[in-house]
Amino acid sequence: MVKHLLQEILRRPLGMLCLSVLGLLYACTIFSQFLAPYLPTDQDLEKAYHPPTRIVLKDWRPHVQIYEQVDPAAARYEPVHGETAAISFFAPGREYRLWGLIPAETRLFQVEEPHRIYLLGSDGTGRDVFSRLLYGAQVSLSIGFIGICITMTLGFLLGGVAGYFGGRVDFLAMRLVEFIIAVPSLYLLIALRGALAEHFEPEQMYLVIVIILSLIGWAGAARIIRGMALSLRERPFILASEVMGQSSIKVLFRHFLPNLASYLLVAATLSIPAYILAEAALSFLGLGIQEPGTSWGLMLQQAQELKVFTLNLWWLLTPGAAIFITVITFNVLGDVLRDIVDPRQQMIKR
Amino acid sequence: MVAVDRRIQPAGEEKKQDKRHSGGLAAAHGSSLLEVKNLKVYFPVYSGLLRRVRGHIRAVDDVSFSVLAGTTVGLVGESGSGKTTIGRALVKLIKPTSGSIRYRGVDTANLSKRAFFPYRKKIQMIFQDPFHSLNPRMSVGQILGEPLGIHFPHLSPSSRVERSAVLLEQVGLKPEYLRRYPHEFSGGQRQRIGIARALAVEPEFIICDEPVSALDVSVQAAIINLLQDLQEQLGLTYLFIAHDLAVVEHMSDHVLVMTQGRIVEQASAEDIYSSPQHPYTQKLLEAVPRL
Ligand SMILES: Nc1ncnc2c1ncn2[C@@H]1O[C@H](COP(=O)(O)OP(=O)(O)O)[C@@H](O)[C@H]1O
Ligand SMILES: [Mg+2]
Repeated sequence: MVKHLLQEILRRPLGMLCLSVLGLLYACTIFSQFLAPYLPTDQDLEKAYHPPTRIVLKDWRPHVQIYEQVDPAAARYEPVHGETAAISFFAPGREYRLWGLIPAETRLFQVEEPHRIYLLGSDGTGRDVFSRLLYGAQVSLSIGFIGICITMTLGFLLGGVAGYFGGRVDFLAMRLVEFIIAVPSLYLLIALRGALAEHFEPEQMYLVIVIILSLIGWAGAARIIRGMALSLRERPFILASEVMGQSSIKVLFRHFLPNLASYLLVAATLSIPAYILAEAALSFLGLGIQEPGTSWGLMLQQAQELKVFTLNLWWLLTPGAAIFITVITFNVLGDVLRDIVDPRQQMIKR
Repeated sequence: MVAVDRRIQPAGEEKKQDKRHSGGLAAAHGSSLLEVKNLKVYFPVYSGLLRRVRGHIRAVDDVSFSVLAGTTVGLVGESGSGKTTIGRALVKLIKPTSGSIRYRGVDTANLSKRAFFPYRKKIQMIFQDPFHSLNPRMSVGQILGEPLGIHFPHLSPSSRVERSAVLLEQVGLKPEYLRRYPHEFSGGQRQRIGIARALAVEPEFIICDEPVSALDVSVQAAIINLLQDLQEQLGLTYLFIAHDLAVVEHMSDHVLVMTQGRIVEQASAEDIYSSPQHPYTQKLLEAVPRL
């Protein structure tokens, strides 16, 4: 089924595009330590709000233009004519552990200290926005994935059990679902965060956010899955399975799950953006990821200063663009998937 | 002797019924495999905000009959008369409201889920709608492997495949089909797969719930012949449900005529055909094209 789906997606230009964009984003995220020239915490207070550095060719080799600060108050930098620093590719630098395991020191590109390469400028403490985007993606892009996995598992188990067994189990599960859906999610988000934060270190905020988002998210999924389970359980093939004495758990996993899988996949794809946005919202409000960690939402929060707008420090808003692109891509991919899985919807739409 | 409960028959028909029971059916077959007595299945009807029970649908209302080993009992009646509900009650898909279901003398209606498990190997079911009776996400091999896995857990994977292939051949399909998926088959072929799945556990009693109603007329005959051949080869007992008296009459030794949850007439197939007693049976017969 997965192979068939993949083929169908790749047959559609839009699907192909979305899949490539997401593939690229996630590849960058996975190899961020290799791709980023700096650590997200590498400061250079001399180079606050540095604009993106120009890349020039010298002796047929790429170099970075060197700038000097002309007005520290207005964060104005002027290129120094003729002064450049060579960019070295695949050169060894500071050691790191790839995925926290494999020791390595090679980076895609870097320049000799004390010069710096800022592909997307620097922030208020001279940290490289490009590197921070890459490291921030580790949080922002994975939170949706992990969150949705937990949500869909919970939603399937609770919704499936409620729909299949019915009766009192169903009643209890659905009242709980209604309660969670009835509370506006931003309040719930903030309230849960308040309740949970005491029990966790600031560094564990990632975990807290995942838990919060999953606690909120499963309700909607469970309700829909319950409805589908209700109609599935009357299907003769489910009855046949019961007549032959199959255990309820196996009926759930062998018959319900494969038949709900395509729905689960579409729903998951369509709800990942909600997780990315929720993380951004929490971090933007200062309730999410904390320094020294980084995420796109946190970066946006740090770009809230008036300076950003008056001095046109546009590069500090790139996390917003990154969120935008990711969210749109997931939504479009979800739509494409839905068209593949359920062609009827498409016909109604047209 | 023939265990047919006659309490539900209108008093006036008693005598004629008696005469019938001494006829063909009794002579031909042995002991009674299944005995249903005063079976009632009521579905509560809820209404209002508090979902209070407002009344009951009497889907099966005081039904008694018995099935002799090795015979086919036909159950005929219009749609909604409660035929499927009887079938489902027999395999515990539905809990009866009252009454007893005796299978080889054991009252299975009150058995726990676990205690009923051995009977799941003996009693199987074939469903009406061949398009929904096979899991679309499973290959034929997996579909046939499921009952084998449950009731023959010690079979090795290779002998399970072997057994599945034999089952397919038994229902007139090619063993190569094991790797295919349900959507690749026609309605008749799917129904054959459904029959193979029912046969997988080596049952003695099969409830056929309108197995040919959803099929083309040309295919119906082939499936009916297959069921009859299988009965002969394997000594199966059938409860054959249909809304079409012609099909039932062709298949069955004994016929139960059902309407609105009650059995209004039961007799041997020949008698039902030649001299129907109840007006409802007569009405059903009028719908049968005579040659
Ligand atoms: N699960 C159920 N809940 C409520 N009513 C039901 C249920 N199943 C069947 N019924 C009702 O019981 C009656 C008999 O249904 P059924 O046994 O399916 O008839 P048949 O198979 O003869 O067409 C119908 O009126 C039907 O609406
Ligand atoms: Mg029916």
